[in-house]
Amino acid sequence: MSDAKPRPRVRLDKKEVKKGETIELKTLIQHTMESGQRKDASGNTIPRKIIKQFTAELNGKTVFSCDLEPAISANPYMQFRIRPDASGTLKLTWLDDDGSKIEHSEEIKVV
Amino acid sequence: GVAAVLPAQSFAQAAKNNSADLIKAFTGGKTAAAAKIKMDLPEIAENGNTVPMTVSVEGTKDLYATDLLIVADANPQGGVMTVHFSPESVAEVNTRIRCAETQNIIAVAKMSDGSFVTAQREVKVTIGGCGG
Amino acid sequence: PGGSFSRALAQQRFTQDDITRFEPLGNVTLVHLADLHAQLNPLYFREAAVNLGVGDAKGKIPHITGEAYRQRYGVPPNSAGAYALTADNFAALAKDFGRMGGLDRIATVVKQIRGERADRMLFLDGGDTWQGSYTALKTKAADIVDCMKLIKPDAMVGHWEFTYGADRVKEIVDDLGFPFLGQNIRDTEWNEQAFEPTAMFERGGVKIAVIGQAFPYTPISNPRWMFPNWTFGIREEDLQKNIDKARRDGAGLVVLLSHNGFDVDRKLATRVKGIDVILTAHTHDALPEAEHVGKTLLIAGGSHGKFITRLDLDVQGGEIKNYRFKLMPIFSDIIAPDAEMAAKIKEVRAPHEAHLRQVVGRSETLLYRRGNFNGTFDDVICDALLSERDAEIALSPGVRWGTSVLPGQDITREDIYNATAITYPNAYRIKMAGERIKLALEDVADNIFNADPYYQGGGDMVRVGGLSFSIAPAGTIGNRISDLTVTKTGKPLEAAKEYTVAGWASVNEGTEGPPIWDVVASHIAKVKIVAPKEDSRVKVVGM
Ligand SMILES: [Mn+2]
Ligand SMILES: [Mn+2]
Repeated sequence: MSDAKPRPRVRLDKKEVKKGETIELKTLIQHTMESGQRKDASGNTIPRKIIKQFTAELNGKTVFSCDLEPAISANPYMQFRIRPDASGTLKLTWLDDDGSKIEHSEEIKVV
Repeated sequence: GVAAVLPAQSFAQAAKNNSADLIKAFTGGKTAAAAKIKMDLPEIAENGNTVPMTVSVEGTKDLYATDLLIVADANPQGGVMTVHFSPESVAEVNTRIRCAETQNIIAVAKMSDGSFVTAQREVKVTIGGCGG
Repeated sequence: PGGSFSRALAQQRFTQDDITRFEPLGNVTLVHLADLHAQLNPLYFREAAVNLGVGDAKGKIPHITGEAYRQRYGVPPNSAGAYALTADNFAALAKDFGRMGGLDRIATVVKQIRGERADRMLFLDGGDTWQGSYTALKTKAADIVDCMKLIKPDAMVGHWEFTYGADRVKEIVDDLGFPFLGQNIRDTEWNEQAFEPTAMFERGGVKIAVIGQAFPYTPISNPRWMFPNWTFGIREEDLQKNIDKARRDGAGLVVLLSHNGFDVDRKLATRVKGIDVILTAHTHDALPEAEHVGKTLLIAGGSHGKFITRLDLDVQGGEIKNYRFKLMPIFSDIIAPDAEMAAKIKEVRAPHEAHLRQVVGRSETLLYRRGNFNGTFDDVICDALLSERDAEIALSPGVRWGTSVLPGQDITREDIYNATAITYPNAYRIKMAGERIKLALEDVADNIFNADPYYQGGGDMVRVGGLSFSIAPAGTIGNRISDLTVTKTGKPLEAAKEYTVAGWASVNEGTEGPPIWDVVASHIAKVKIVAPKEDSRVKVVGM
């Protein structure tokens, strides 16, 4: 596997909503989600390395987040809906077991 | 079918892993009423490595889900995910999970008044077969 | 209201007019054809003698056979209806009533109904249309697709269609000229609709929504690697949304063109609101009357082109006020072939005709497949696997398609292909521990006999050679199979012992071995005459 950070792919059903309406987000990120239960050819356990947390923040405030376990499939897919109160920056963060972070931002508008 | 009230303990006998303990830790040992959670998973998994799952918790303006625990009762480890909602998100998540074998996927939601609700859904993992 | 089985067919003599005669009713006519399995020519097909229902379906339609079936629908013994609809006395009755089906005969009936009902009719293809014959396999379904175009279906759904692979399916669908529907198919990446869920029509002044449902377990029953970017499932909630949307869009009639299988559709009808008619398929049931589930009518028109169903509806104010139904048996000696279709069939078969007619051997007994457990055609296939692949145990999939061969008839190449023509035919040979063999049988048994139809994968029990066992269909997973005995030694199957197992139709990518049709042909050519008898290798207990 290359050390380059995977680029998340994000789809929003719309970027502009009226107050009270929802935006649906679909996110995909390339990651093996090594469970920590597999063994390599010589019988040694391959250490766990997963995306352990996913967070969506709007203007710095967390609106949706989840703690993930090895039971989440490789290339984690996350689909959820937010009901934003205000326009601003929606920041998505994937936190790896090794402490590294992958981030992605979208500008959304509430009219 | 799901019984009207499922105490966290009732999973202990069936579970092959720590899922009952995870539920107990999440609820603080409180019972969870079986209601208000919709779980959409395939009855039979196409691929145990990636099973689509949508879980949504019904709520109102005054009583809504704040957190959602999902466990699997026969994977090597029981934990699947814990979701944290806010007033600015819908109490719903759609992801893809690993199912090592046929088992129950159990969802427990913490509501804004401190109560808990639960639901479960069996997912069959099979070698497949023939067809008409 | 309701139709009853045609009185003429309770008798020995009848005409084309007796079969197709129908007093029209109302403003909409639905004509349904499903599970043709690419059979262009008339054929023999023996229905199931054993078709067990479990759970809520126990003893219910369509899980009745033989005398129980005849009594339920008023079909006299030894009548044309008994021959078409049951396994009773099949070989003898086949001599009286001849072959059934043939797409040229079907074309005659479809065109006749279209002539009568013109702008009131929808002709719907329920799937499993493109697979099951040598010519379909050789032309990657081009033969059958071209033939079907002559009778202009208004929409179709799929199951075995997908085994031509995603690229081929897309290629055909792009050029089809009518919608290939699948409300329950999504792409594995973004979870978005891979096919149109609904087609809207206007017939007889009624807006009709046809919602398509592909076989939900296609990626489990068939090789997922052939269409890795599509995910299926029953998807009740999506279906409800599609029904509600159709009603909002003004549909006065909602039809589910379904390849779910009958038990799944019956359960679905109790859980999803607003479907007027389900045109069922996949489980190959032929029912002379519509089945009512609440306000929903379920239609089951059999397989292999043996029948066409016509359902006339009087639709007023968004509901069915009255209906009339007929299951029309396609007796090929009685219904005249349609000239246009007959010419097309001749044309597509011409390059292959000589090969297909080649005689490989002969059968002394009736060769059939359909039924929950081993059929005699499967026994021949298992025997071929045992001897040609030098195996101790043979496994053959319990598919419901495949034509019958009468006692004393020659077995041609075509007969063999009709039982084996699939895109993943390799006859594998592997070592399997007894424990794994039992687990595999248990798994397949649960796919057929799970008490909840939503957990059933469809099809019939895997066929075995070199092995016998008892099965308790009403049991639970892991507890149905017992008394596993190796035929050759008469000894119990040992959990830890490795056995040489040969089989075919593995869903795993990269399976190696000769194509099953060569294995079967080679075996029959050597033994010259086969005579499989109804045997007792599978014993059903606790029913
Ligand atoms: Mn079929
Ligand atoms: Mn089918």
